[in-house]
Amino acid sequence: MPLILQVENLVKRYGDLTAVKGISFSMEPGEIFSLLGPNGAGKTTTIAMLSTLINPTSGDALIDGHSIVRQSYAVREAIGIVPQEIALYEDLSARENLLFWGQMYGLSGGGLRQRIGEVLAETGLGEKANQRVKTFSGGMKRRLNIGVGLLHRPTLLFMDEPTVGIDPQSRRAILETIKDLNRQGMSILYTTHYMEEAQELSHRVGIIDHGEMIAIGTQDELVRRVGQKETLLLSFSDEQSIAQLVEKIQPIPGVFQVTAEDNRLNVLVNSADELLPTIVQVCSEANLKIRAVHIEEPDLEAVFLQLTGRALRE
Amino acid sequence: MKKILLVAAKDLKLAFRDRAAIILMLAAPFLLTLGLALVTGRLVSPAGQSSGPSQIPVLIINQDDQSLGKALVETFQSPELEKLLEPQVVYDLAAARQAIDDDTVAAVILVPPGFTRSVIPGPNQQVVIQDVVKLQYYANPARPTSSAIVETILCEFLSRVEEGRITGITAVTQMLQSGTLAPQDALVYGQQMGERMESANLAGQELLTLTITGALEQGEAVQFDIMAYMAPGMALFFLMFTVTYGGRSFLAERRQRTLQRMLTSPTTVAQILAGKMLGTYLTGVMQLVILIGASSLLFNLRWGDFTGVAALILITTFAATGWGMLITAFARTPGQVSSIGSAVMLLFGILGGSFLNLEHMPEGVRLLSRITPNAWGLDGFAILARGGGIAELERPLTGLLVMGVILFGAAVLLFSRNRGLVQA
Repeated sequence: MPLILQVENLVKRYGDLTAVKGISFSMEPGEIFSLLGPNGAGKTTTIAMLSTLINPTSGDALIDGHSIVRQSYAVREAIGIVPQEIALYEDLSARENLLFWGQMYGLSGGGLRQRIGEVLAETGLGEKANQRVKTFSGGMKRRLNIGVGLLHRPTLLFMDEPTVGIDPQSRRAILETIKDLNRQGMSILYTTHYMEEAQELSHRVGIIDHGEMIAIGTQDELVRRVGQKETLLLSFSDEQSIAQLVEKIQPIPGVFQVTAEDNRLNVLVNSADELLPTIVQVCSEANLKIRAVHIEEPDLEAVFLQLTGRALRE
Repeated sequence: MKKILLVAAKDLKLAFRDRAAIILMLAAPFLLTLGLALVTGRLVSPAGQSSGPSQIPVLIINQDDQSLGKALVETFQSPELEKLLEPQVVYDLAAARQAIDDDTVAAVILVPPGFTRSVIPGPNQQVVIQDVVKLQYYANPARPTSSAIVETILCEFLSRVEEGRITGITAVTQMLQSGTLAPQDALVYGQQMGERMESANLAGQELLTLTITGALEQGEAVQFDIMAYMAPGMALFFLMFTVTYGGRSFLAERRQRTLQRMLTSPTTVAQILAGKMLGTYLTGVMQLVILIGASSLLFNLRWGDFTGVAALILITTFAATGWGMLITAFARTPGQVSSIGSAVMLLFGILGGSFLNLEHMPEGVRLLSRITPNAWGLDGFAILARGGGIAELERPLTGLLVMGVILFGAAVLLFSRNRGLVQA
C-alpha cells in the first residue's frame, strides 16, 4: 500500500536559525504517528510546512502522492488541520463556523448540512450549535476546532497539540475522538509534548528535539533502545540544594544517568528496588531529607531523557 | 469566485455583529449629524432655511446701464443678501474670468448691453418676443456649493423678469383681442407699460422680489439644505473608519490564526485577498446605504437623483476601500491599522471637507483635499443635492475611480511583495 506521507530531508531556516534540520519519516495509511518533543523542538514548523502554510527551505514531502512544494493545492484538498491555537470566528455560531469552513473545503448543499450535523454530534456540541463561539468554554472551543479540521473527511489529519490548556475531561473526550477517527480509517499526524498522549494514541512515535528527529519507532522499539531501565524520581524539600547529589550518586554501580531539576532528582537505573537503599543512604549522609520517592517503568519519557539528557517538560 | 464571495459574505456578517464597529459605522455618524442639525436649527426649520456658506464672493459686470441691469446689481447688493453674498461690480470681463481661474471668486455674472431693452422695449423700438439678450454666468467648479447658491439667486431673478415680460405681452394681446386697445395704439401702450415696470423697478417696488431658498415657479426644487452637506460629510468621514476596520480584520485574522487556516484549505492567496477586499467594500456600501436611507426617512433629506446617489456610493466606497487596503498593506498589526487608520480618518475628515467647507480654505489645502475620497464624494453629493443627475457627476466619479484604481493597484503590489503578511 502506498505511503500516505513521505517526508524527505525537510529543512526550514529563518535567517541564522534552523528550526527544522533535515527530518525524514513516513506514515502508512490508517496510522497515528506522533511527533513527540518539548516546546520549540520544531513540531509546529514541521506541520506548517506539511500543510503548505510555509515553504520548506529545502527538502520535500509527498502527501497522498502530491508534493507539498509543487502541488500545494492538491495537498490542501487531501489534508485537514487542527491548529494549536483556536482558529475560529468568535462572533459566528458553531454551526456558522462549520458552514463557512465546510464551504471553504468545497462542500455544499445537503451533503454539507448532513456533515455539519455529524460533526456537531461527534464533538458533543449539538445543543450549542447556534450559540456564538465566544460564549463557549475553552474545551468546547477546542472540540469545535477539531470538528472544523475533520469536516471534509481528510485523507490525512494534522493535529498540532490539540489538548493544550484544557481540562482533563475535555482532554479525555478529545483523545477518544481521535481514536474513533482512526478506527474509521483516518490517518493522523499528532504532535504533542505530553508523553502520555503519545503513548496512548500512537502506532509509532518520532522523537524530535532542536529540529532533529532523534528516534522513530513503536513505543516498544524505542523503550528497547534504552533497555529495561527504570527511572527513580526523588523529591526534596524546596529549600535544599540537591546539586551536590548528582556527583555522589553518578558513580554508584547500576546508575546510568542522574539529572537534577528544581527540587527533583531523576536517576536512571538498572533496578530501582536494588539501588534505592543505597541512594537513600547517600542522601541521608548529605543531610538531605527525601520527601517522596517514585519509581517509573521504562517509557517514552525515559527514552527522551536518555536520548537528550533532559526531561520532556524542561 | 465562489470562495471570494464566501470570504466577503463572512466579513460582512462579522462587521455587522461587532457592536463597537456598528457604533462607529452607523450610530456615531448618525448622532453627529443629528447633533449638527440641532445646533444649526435644521430640525426646527424647513429644509433650506438653515445657515450655509456666507460671504460668497461674486463679481458682476453690468454693461446694460438700464433698469434691469441696475435691478440685478441692487438685488445682489440688497441687505437681505448681505450676509450670504459679497458682490463686487467690476468692468473687465477678462480680469473677472481670471479671478475664477485663480479661485478667488465663486461666480461671475455678465449683464450684456441691451439686456433691459430686449425685455422692455423703449420708445420707437419694435417688439420682438424671441429677441432677448442673454445674461452670461460663469461658475467656479472648485466651489460647487457657493456657485450653486449664486446660480439659484440668478435664476430666481430671471424668472421674475420673465414673469413680468410675459405678463406685459399677454396683457397687450388680450386687450387687442377684446378690442379695448386699437392695433395702432398697441406699440405705444406696450412702451408705456414697460416704462411703468421700469419706473416701478427703479422706485424699489417689489416687482423683482427674491426668495433665495423658495422653489422656483416651475417647480424645480433647487435648494440649498445644510443637512445635504452635513449628512454626507459625516457619512464619508466614518466610511474611512469602516475601510480601516476591514484592513484591521485582515490582520486580526492573521493573529487569530483563521487566515492561516484559510491558507491550508484549497484556497489561493489571491482569492482570500480579493474576498477580504470585497467584504470591506460591501461593508462600506451597506454603511452608506443605511445612513442615506435613515437620513432620508428621519431628516426628510433629499439626496437627489437615485442613479447618481447609487453610483456615488459605489465609487466613493471603492476609492475609500483602496485607502483601507493600502494602510493594511503597510501595517503589521491590527493595532497599527487602527492607529494609522484613525489618523488618516481624522486628517481626511478635515482635509476632505467633512467638518469645514473647503471653499473657505486656502487653494493649497483645496488642492490637497483631492487625495481624499471625502472631497470628491462631497462634491458629488452637493451636485446631486442641488438637482444634478449622474451626467453632472462625471468629474467626481472619474476622480474617485482613478483614485481607487491607483490605490488598489498599489495595495495589491505591496501584498504580493510581502508574502510574510499571509504566512505564519
